[in-house]
Amino acid sequence: MGSPRPSSAQPSSPQRSSPLLALFRREIRIARSIGGGGGMGVVFFLILVSLTPFAIGPDMNLLARIGPAILWIAALLATLLGLDRLFQGDADDGSLDLFTMSATPLELVVLVKCAAHWGLTALPLIVAAPVLGLTLGLEPSALAGVSASLLAGTPALTLLGAIGAALTAGLRRGGLLMAVLILPLTVPVLIFGVAAAAAASGGTVPFHTPFLILCALSLISIAGAPFAAAAALRAREA
Amino acid sequence: MLKYANPTNFLALAARLIPWLAGASALALVAGLYLTFFVAPDDYQQGSSVKIMYIHVPSAWLSMLCYMVMASAALGTLVWRHPLADAAQKAAAPLGAAFTLLCLVTGSLWGKPMWGTWWVWDARLTSVLVLFLIYLGLIGLWRTIEEPAQAARAAAILTLVGVVNIPIIKFSVDWWNTLHQPSSVFKLGGPAIAGSMLWPLLVMAVAFTLLFFCLHLMAVRNEILRRRLRRLSILAASAQESEGDPELEPAQ
Repeated sequence: MGSPRPSSAQPSSPQRSSPLLALFRREIRIARSIGGGGGMGVVFFLILVSLTPFAIGPDMNLLARIGPAILWIAALLATLLGLDRLFQGDADDGSLDLFTMSATPLELVVLVKCAAHWGLTALPLIVAAPVLGLTLGLEPSALAGVSASLLAGTPALTLLGAIGAALTAGLRRGGLLMAVLILPLTVPVLIFGVAAAAAASGGTVPFHTPFLILCALSLISIAGAPFAAAAALRAREA
Repeated sequence: MLKYANPTNFLALAARLIPWLAGASALALVAGLYLTFFVAPDDYQQGSSVKIMYIHVPSAWLSMLCYMVMASAALGTLVWRHPLADAAQKAAAPLGAAFTLLCLVTGSLWGKPMWGTWWVWDARLTSVLVLFLIYLGLIGLWRTIEEPAQAARAAAILTLVGVVNIPIIKFSVDWWNTLHQPSSVFKLGGPAIAGSMLWPLLVMAVAFTLLFFCLHLMAVRNEILRRRLRRLSILAASAQESEGDPELEPAQ
């Protein structure tokens, strides 16, 4: 067992704040506590990006050309890596059963948990991406494009990943299975994310075309994925 | 119809249907292959390599039909929680993966002489590859969750999420300007393919469909039997345990 987790589905504060707000605060607290592993995603992202030049050689022109793609692949993997823990801890200590039985809809619980997770893992990636982009020799316009496309696209990655996390919650070998299940579904996000990032640094396609599709993918995921993830969580009980 | 939702009645029906289906698919396959190799003309541009089409196109259709069968069974699992729907879902996944792989491999073999490359990352090829990966993921999910009913519900949810890929595959050749040609059989104004090639293709499609339903029926039957066996072995184990047998056998 890890460190003690602040476990309660009900708000413990005396003024009875909204349960969703309390849940959001709880998620942040857990992630920042020892054993929460909040900062691992961005470190993993850093390592993935810095490994690439070793693999393909320090050719700055080549790196600048494929830089947006490297950053996107690294962000995709870093987001998914952290997500397998999204429901695992709650499934282990029983808070997930409390969420399932509570009056708050499970779909909203999923959405709030995803929002907290996105803020904790994806936001640092988006902040770190321009800095790492500099090491890959990206132009300023490309740096802005990568950050904007990550900002628009990572919510879709988090929410799609939440479906996989819900499907594999409570399984012993969930992490690898989750990646196998979800990575094929993230292909459209990756395509339009890299397209938007590449369009920002010049190209035949205007920036807003792939960018708007990327926003649409995120909005569709926000609207639909919580239902699938909540259904998957309810399906765990026999 | 409802009568055959009972697994025992279903097994009886399957036992009667399977020989007929097997015979019909064997006949249709023989007829289709005969038409393909001895009747259908060579293409004036492609030569005899056009014969790959008679395998490639039916397996592509079947890869999608199989997914739709699986998605319907997934609805049955989620809405009615019926064990037969669970079995139908589970049985369809490996068959779909096999047809998709067949489609990808034959397409690749056809692409080498025609396009000069084994593979291009165009929309149709990529979306079919994603379909194949989804099938593999589903098989992985089935193999990871031990409790069959729970595995069925998890797989059903993932199957329904993956349905978005089917229209993408179907319309990828219309939405994007790709190397893969657009549909030439199902289109407004009739098929853009000569009758001498269309008929063998349709016969092969019927043969593949019969083969799929035959294999699917057999796989569902096997799955029902496998579940009964699992249940019986659990019962036997618990009976042994209540007799006070201290030897604990690991699960088989």
